Amino acid sequence: MEGNSEKLYQTFAAALGVDRSLVTDDLQYNKIAQWDSIAHMSLVAQLETAFDIMLETEDIIDMSSVKKAKEILEKYDVRF
Amino acid sequence: MTFAHRLEGFGDLPALVEASGRRMSYAELASRCDALGARLGPDRSVVAVSATNTIEAVSCYLATLRAGHVALLIDEGLGPQDFELLRERYRLGWHFRPDGAQNYELSQLTSRTRESVHPDLAVLLSTSGSTGSPKLVRLTLANVDSNAASIADYLQLGPGERPVSSLPFSYSYGLSVLNSHLRTGGCLLLTREPVTGRAFWDFFRAQQATSFAGVPFLYSILRRLRFERMDLPSLRYMTQAGGRLDPDNVRFFAKACQERSCRFFVMYGQTEATARISYLPPQLAHGNSGSIGLAIPGGRLSVVDDRGVEVTSPRVAGELVYHGPNVMLGYAESFEDLQLGDVQRGTLRTGDLGYFDEQGLFYVTGRLKRFIKLFGNRVSLDEVEGQLRRAGHECAVTGRDGLLVVATEQADEPAIGAFIAERFRFHHSAVRVARVSVIPKSPGGKPLYAELLRECGVEDAGAEPGQADDSRAV
Repeated sequence: MEGNSEKLYQTFAAALGVDRSLVTDDLQYNKIAQWDSIAHMSLVAQLETAFDIMLETEDIIDMSSVKKAKEILEKYDVRF
Repeated sequence: MTFAHRLEGFGDLPALVEASGRRMSYAELASRCDALGARLGPDRSVVAVSATNTIEAVSCYLATLRAGHVALLIDEGLGPQDFELLRERYRLGWHFRPDGAQNYELSQLTSRTRESVHPDLAVLLSTSGSTGSPKLVRLTLANVDSNAASIADYLQLGPGERPVSSLPFSYSYGLSVLNSHLRTGGCLLLTREPVTGRAFWDFFRAQQATSFAGVPFLYSILRRLRFERMDLPSLRYMTQAGGRLDPDNVRFFAKACQERSCRFFVMYGQTEATARISYLPPQLAHGNSGSIGLAIPGGRLSVVDDRGVEVTSPRVAGELVYHGPNVMLGYAESFEDLQLGDVQRGTLRTGDLGYFDEQGLFYVTGRLKRFIKLFGNRVSLDEVEGQLRRAGHECAVTGRDGLLVVATEQADEPAIGAFIAERFRFHHSAVRVARVSVIPKSPGGKPLYAELLRECGVEDAGAEPGQADDSRAV
C-alpha cells in the first residue's frame, strides 16, 4: 500500500532528523552520520507507534536499511 | 614503569583483536609501538591521536606514551574547525590519524617549540567530547596507571578477560577500560559497530567477549533488546558509568546479571580523576540501587559542607570531595597551562552534591556545576549557550540529564534547532527549543535557569544543575 510506504519514509525522516527527500529504500545505517544507535532506538520506538507493533530483538538489530525495514515490517503484516 | 612500558611482559598473549580479523599479541604490540614512537623524535611534544577503536589507533596512543610524549586523544566526531582550534591553542606537534584506508598516517604539525611542556604531563583528555570545548584535563602516567590498577583490583581483572569496545577511548571511561585490561594482560576486542547492529553481537559471540562497559543509554538499549533473553554465555561482568542509571534499571540489571552468574558494577567517576572514583560492589547493587558505592581502592571519598568542613554524620548533604593518586594535575586552557605542574595536589572537588548512608555507601543528589549529561556525554550548558550567542542567537540554555532546553525570546527556534543539530549532533529527541515571552533574569542580569526550566514545562527539579542547596539533610 502506497500509504504505508510514505508513513515508513516519514517515520525514518523524523527519527533520524533528516529531510524526507533523503529517505529512499537504499538508505543504510552506516551511510549517514545521523543514523547512530541513538537515532536507531528512536526509529524503533517510532515505528512501533506508527504501525502499532512490537519488534523482536532480532528484528531491531537487523534493521540496517529502509529496504530491510520494509521486509521486517511485512512479517508483522504491514503491507507495502 | 607503567602498563604501557610493560606490554612485552605478556609476550604472546593476544592484546588486540579487530572485527576485521586483524590481531596483535602483546609482544607484537610493544615492538609496533616502539617503531611508531621512534618517528616522533626526541623532543617531547603534544601528539594528537584520533581515537578510533582500531589496532592502529591503540598502537599510536601507546607508542606516544612509551616514547615519553604527550597524547591528546581526539574524538572521532570532532570537526576540522575544532581540531584546528586545538592545534593552534596547544601547539600540537604531531597527528596520528586514519589515512582513509586501513592504516594510520603520521603528520608533523609544528616543528620543535622552544618551551617544553611539564615533564609529568602524559595524557590530555577533553572535558566534553561532543561540544568541541577546547578545555582539557591534564593527566600524568602515574594518574593513568594508578587508576588502571585500582579498577583492575576491584573488577578482579586478569589475562582471561576479553572486553568488547562499546565506547570510544577518547572518552575517559573508554580509555579506562583499555588501560585496565592492558595492565592485566587482557585481550581488547575492537569494533566500530554500534550495539544496535547485528555485526556487534556476531563479533561479541564469535570472540567470546567477557564484558562490556556502558553509559545509561546503552543499558536502556540492552533492556529494549531484552538482555535477559539474549544468549551471551561468555559474559562475566558489565560496568555502568557516565551518568546516573535510574534505580529501576539498576535493580533490573542486578537481577538479570545474577541469574546468569555475571557481575554488574555501577560506578561513578570524572575525567578529572582520570576516570573512576567509586564503584558499587555487585552484591550490594540490588538492595542499594541509586548508590554510587564506595571509593575505589587507593582513593578516599568524603562529603564537605558549605563551610568546607568534612561531614561526619550519615545522610547530611554536601559536596563530594575525592582524594587519590588518580586526580589530575589540573585543567588546561592554553599552551602555557601545559607547563604547569600539579595544582590539585590529589584532591578533587567533584561539583556533585551527595551524602553517605549508615553503611558508608555514597549517593549523588545534585550538581553544583552548569552541565548536563546527554547519552553519557558531559555537555556544558555555558558552552552551548556561548556558541549559540556567538552565532547571533540571544538565548538561555538550561536542561536536565537527558534533555537540553534552549529558551529564546525571538522567533528563531528553527534556526536554533538546526544550529544544534549541525554543530553538536545531539539527537533531536534530547533537545527542546522553546519560545518564551521573557527570559527571567536576576537583578544582576543573569538568567534564572531553574525558573526558566519550570517555565519551559520541564520537571525533575532534583537533577537541575547548579541549583541545589548546599547543605540539607536527605
